[in-house]
Amino acid sequence: MDRQLFHGMLKDMLLARSFEERAAQEYSAGNIAGFLHLYPGEEAVAVGVIHAADQSDYIVSTYREHVHAMVRGVPPRAVMAELFGKLDGCSKGMGGSMHLFDRERRFMGGYAIVGETYPVAIGLGYAIAMQRLPEAVICFFGDGAVNQGTFHESLNMAALWKLPVLFVCENNHYQIGTEIHRHSAVSDVYQRACGYDIPAHKVNGMDVLEVHAKTGEALQRIREGTGPQLLEMETYRFRGHSVSDPGSYRPRVEVDAFRQRDPIKQAEREAQSLYPDAQQLSAVGADHIQLFSAHLQQQDLINEQEIVKLQQQVDSIVEDAVQFAQQSPQPDMQQAWDALNCNRADEVLI
Amino acid sequence: MVEQVTYYQALNRALDEAMAVDDTVFTLGEDVGLYGGSYRVTEGLYARYGAWRVRDTPISEGSFTGLGVGAALIGMRPVVEIMTVNFALLALDAIINMAAKIPFMSGGQFPMPLVVRMPGGVAKQLAAQHSQRLEHTLMNVAGIRIAVPSTPQDAYWQLQQAIRSNEPIVLLEHELLYFSKAELDTVQPAIPMHRAVVRRSGSDITLISYSRTAILAQQAAQQLAEQGIDAEVIDLRSLRPIDWQTCIDSVNKTHHVLIIEEDSVYAGAGAEIAAQLAERCFYILDAPVARHGGLDMPTPYNGQLEALSIPTLDSIAQAASKVLEGEAE
Repeated sequence: MDRQLFHGMLKDMLLARSFEERAAQEYSAGNIAGFLHLYPGEEAVAVGVIHAADQSDYIVSTYREHVHAMVRGVPPRAVMAELFGKLDGCSKGMGGSMHLFDRERRFMGGYAIVGETYPVAIGLGYAIAMQRLPEAVICFFGDGAVNQGTFHESLNMAALWKLPVLFVCENNHYQIGTEIHRHSAVSDVYQRACGYDIPAHKVNGMDVLEVHAKTGEALQRIREGTGPQLLEMETYRFRGHSVSDPGSYRPRVEVDAFRQRDPIKQAEREAQSLYPDAQQLSAVGADHIQLFSAHLQQQDLINEQEIVKLQQQVDSIVEDAVQFAQQSPQPDMQQAWDALNCNRADEVLI
Repeated sequence: MVEQVTYYQALNRALDEAMAVDDTVFTLGEDVGLYGGSYRVTEGLYARYGAWRVRDTPISEGSFTGLGVGAALIGMRPVVEIMTVNFALLALDAIINMAAKIPFMSGGQFPMPLVVRMPGGVAKQLAAQHSQRLEHTLMNVAGIRIAVPSTPQDAYWQLQQAIRSNEPIVLLEHELLYFSKAELDTVQPAIPMHRAVVRRSGSDITLISYSRTAILAQQAAQQLAEQGIDAEVIDLRSLRPIDWQTCIDSVNKTHHVLIIEEDSVYAGAGAEIAAQLAERCFYILDAPVARHGGLDMPTPYNGQLEALSIPTLDSIAQAASKVLEGEAE
């Protein structure tokens, strides 16, 4: 794995954690209102998946989508400003936390009605297939969303017409407060896809490298024209469903067990283990040491100091985003009307 | 070019012409392809444009309407046919939560050139689950537009205008109008999509209606003329937005208003029209604004009861006479 990609993913995961924890603070401070669904614990999914996608692929996400937007390239400033409801937000203050959009970056929205991402995704996929373009669509949804009718309707149509859609289930085991064994007759989400003959796999969603690799393979198959794929990312949210939910329905031991599998710590460990120790190096032999050293220098994966430095970088990005959001103006009512009538142009209605 | 065509042929012509000149236009729905559409609106198009542009869908209204929304986000021009308006209840999330709101919620970033066509109204003994009207629900949705053509000419114009527009538009078509025949002029420039039209000029009372009951209102006006009542008939052609000025100009002449709708009167389209005209025309009215419409019950299957549950030519004429007698319903 190349250094730039690895650093990019780790940085995005650190940014995600830092951004979300700060958003929770800003919510408590009264700067963010409404519903706020945070992502800590699930970072490896958005980061691994979106890093494996092309810039020309479309992303459709849920109401827990701040991180997906940022990984796709929406500036943290624009995301934080949207959370604050300000004019410089990526939806100009009209959407809020659950409705981040960025047309230019093909970030096709956060949707707050559970099960809406599927039809949007197959619509994009249909347009792509009809025009024979090489793009794909990544459709995120939670484990709770697999019980909506649109899941079955849309998977059926995607398979029927071989649409280029990667369905990504973020299985965090809970539909708000109801654990998956209490909401789904089949608790392995990926198994549901076989009803529509869609290839599907379960992935360790706490491991960014695995997420990245499996997503890459699935997208490759999609681009070969074989139709949709489904990946079930097994993950966990460390917080409640939203900031107003203490998550008290979950056993303490369960939360602690998943915290042990913190995807960021895991990614850091994986990165560091790629450094051979002195013993390993000596076992390779002199010539190989030279070659290996050169290779490592070239790759220069990561070390402790670099991680500290990355953390400092993301903290300052988040601080800057908050400052930016605070200073951004409030939108006025005319701007709301303009958003509503954005497609009117010079059309004469009456 | 002026010829006599049916309402469904006019829609077919409009769709065909739009598809011929613009590759981004495609239609989808249950049986629109091989079968040619349950009211023949898409007849012949499958052979001409192929399966990708004339797509037979599974019975999945929620998702295939949502598919239209997703495709419209990147500039395609989907024309979704929902086999009947009754099934559109399963697609309301796509229409109301998605099509109407995405351009707004995104701060004005996305086009939504989506057309959703749906046959509806009371046809011939189809019973309560197939004799629905949905204008009341859709009229309350900011972000969509609603056209209600009553003639082949309007069906042709309004479908073409809807396809060209970048805003989401619902076309409410009436099941009993598909085989009605009238003149279609394909050369004459269209009037604006949401402008109301005075179908008959008169001086005693304004009959305001839309879709099939607008045709009945014109026939009732003939009957009223024999009784010495000179009724003006306005066909709204659109329910969102509504052309208030045409209504107000008429009330200025007649000072009496009767609104006719097939839908249940309770909280129906007429409620909004009556409220607006009461507010805007109070001092020029000689009688309260009156409404005449469907009964407040699901449509009965029994043929005689069904006929009595919605306005008829006679009941419209009677209701109009009552307004002039000061005995509004």
